[in-house]
Amino acid sequence: MTLLVYDGSMEGFLSSVFYVYEYKIQDAEIRPFTSCQDNLFGNRVFIDSDESRATRVWKGLEQKLSDNGLKQFYRAFLSEVPGIEDQLLAYSRYAFSSKHQVDCDFSHPAVLMINQLAKKVYREKHRMEAFVRFQLTADNIYYSVVEPDFNVLPLLSKHFGDRYADQRWIIYDMKRKYALYYDLQTVTTVQIDFSEQLSETNIQVISHENEALYQQLWQRYFQSVNIPARKNLKLHIRHMPKRYWRNLIEKKIIGNR
Amino acid sequence: MSDRILEKLSILADAAKYDVSCSSSGSNRKNKNKGLGDTGNGICHAYTEDGRCVSLLKILLTNHCIFDCAYCVSRKSNDIKRAGFTVQEVVDLTINFYRRNYIEGLFLSSGIFKDPDFTMERLVRIAKKLRTEENFHGYIHLKTIPGASDELIKEAGLYADRLSINVEMPTEASLKLLAPDKKREDMIRPMKYLHSAILQNREDKKLIRKTPQFVPAGQSTQMVIGATPENDLQILGAANAFYQKLKMKRVYFSGYIPISADNRLPAVGTPVPIVRENRLYQADWLMRFYGFKVNEIISIEQPNLDMDIDPKLSWALRNINLFPIDINKADVEVIMRIPGIGVQSAYKICSARKFARLTWDNLKKIGIQLSKARHFIVCNSPDFELKDLTPMQIKHRILSAGKSKYEANFSPQLKIF
Repeated sequence: MTLLVYDGSMEGFLSSVFYVYEYKIQDAEIRPFTSCQDNLFGNRVFIDSDESRATRVWKGLEQKLSDNGLKQFYRAFLSEVPGIEDQLLAYSRYAFSSKHQVDCDFSHPAVLMINQLAKKVYREKHRMEAFVRFQLTADNIYYSVVEPDFNVLPLLSKHFGDRYADQRWIIYDMKRKYALYYDLQTVTTVQIDFSEQLSETNIQVISHENEALYQQLWQRYFQSVNIPARKNLKLHIRHMPKRYWRNLIEKKIIGNR
Repeated sequence: MSDRILEKLSILADAAKYDVSCSSSGSNRKNKNKGLGDTGNGICHAYTEDGRCVSLLKILLTNHCIFDCAYCVSRKSNDIKRAGFTVQEVVDLTINFYRRNYIEGLFLSSGIFKDPDFTMERLVRIAKKLRTEENFHGYIHLKTIPGASDELIKEAGLYADRLSINVEMPTEASLKLLAPDKKREDMIRPMKYLHSAILQNREDKKLIRKTPQFVPAGQSTQMVIGATPENDLQILGAANAFYQKLKMKRVYFSGYIPISADNRLPAVGTPVPIVRENRLYQADWLMRFYGFKVNEIISIEQPNLDMDIDPKLSWALRNINLFPIDINKADVEVIMRIPGIGVQSAYKICSARKFARLTWDNLKKIGIQLSKARHFIVCNSPDFELKDLTPMQIKHRILSAGKSKYEANFSPQLKIF
């Protein structure tokens, strides 16, 4: 078995796929650098990210997959599920070897799995579009912290860029320690690690003077629109899973009460 | 100052929450000139503890009302706290909530103070201010006040994404009984006016591309169910007429929540008819997305929907002679009609079967609800399930296979423990 180790980026992964084809490796396993445990038996190759090779693989996929198939391929990659690289490799092999488009062939296990994972990632992307809660800071930046299960930030820049075109905003992924930042012109990716400075007290200090009032208004609104006669907590939790509550202003006080 | 606005928000959000429309989709207003907001498929930003979504800032401008509709919390004879927002307060709340990604936009309704035109004029003024002064492109849903003039409705349509007039009761007789101040004619007339104005706008748009948008997300309406004795045939018949004749985007059903000791209405403490509401929405979906005609779902012989099974299953059992259906051959419209298979799964089946003839295993992985569907289909497996069972037997098998989340609500008996 040959273990290919890449840097964790999409480009690195596609370079690995290129390598598999270049050296006709039959038993390849691809793993990101971070999750790579020692493998005593078998070869291990470190793959460098190579833009031109990655582009060639992507172009090849473009010929073989529909637009939707390509999107699903990328979304499944962002799931960061252990072993997803091998599934994507199997998917690519099937796509390259087949005469027709395979992205709807759900009877193939890799196709079905990519399809289902992509759906999960997309669902969480949609959840983030709903659950991001901006707080206005004293220097007029709308700032938000999220902790998504999957690496969905790359999928969010267009939505938030289009919507909040006239305000500066930051969406920080606390798990992966990077952020999207919009400076009124473009959305960029920024690596930051300010988890230590992020205690509640610090946020209070740097908040805009109106911030506390609007949070309070939102909490009050959220309570007022509830109809107790129709109480259905199961449904409530299914739509708003508890793991997201930590960063939701309307659920914060209710949790502490 | 902040205490007063908090209190107002509590009162006016509380009074608006019985309006069930929450949709923020169907419009395609895009952000222009680096302004604020856009619309698209709609997003539910939060869910209350009753499981309903919070998508829009849904408030009344005021809950002062000159009308006395028995089913409404804001009726003039009800002894409650009254409040009213200023135009600027509503604008500030909307913009600040929107900027923090709390909401998709504003749903503004109002009690009727002074007269319909006076009230409507205020609502329009708020929408206009949001669009023209704040450069706001988020979603705006305005309630049309019954009896407001055509000119005001027309102006409202230029700023709002959706307009709605609630028909309130499924029949005129019930409306007369519970809302003596309101006339059904006052609701239907503006609906018809809007319908023709929307049609006109869409025609104009074909000729002149720059024709301004007019109610891009169309109009909707709502009726209270369970407050009056109408059967499901009357309710769905009314809904069907709104879809067919007035091209409504949505008809909402609001299970009556007992809020009044009025003896014309179910007593306080009567459970909300949640199951019935759910079945009506299922039937509504069948009409809008699955190609069912209203008389296929419900008929004079059987004027009420089954409470223990969904309307599609109920239809299939009544028409068992149409089954089994070969999943590898049938058209997508036919597959959609199989119980346990939704619109998306139907399309998925049709694209997957191009590659291989589908088996039970494939169907299960695609996400078909086989516990229901297996009684109605054949696929590429020798064993098929429809072993000359009668509809009653199938129903029994399906019901005993799964436990309905509503089971507790089926029995009219009160539970002691």
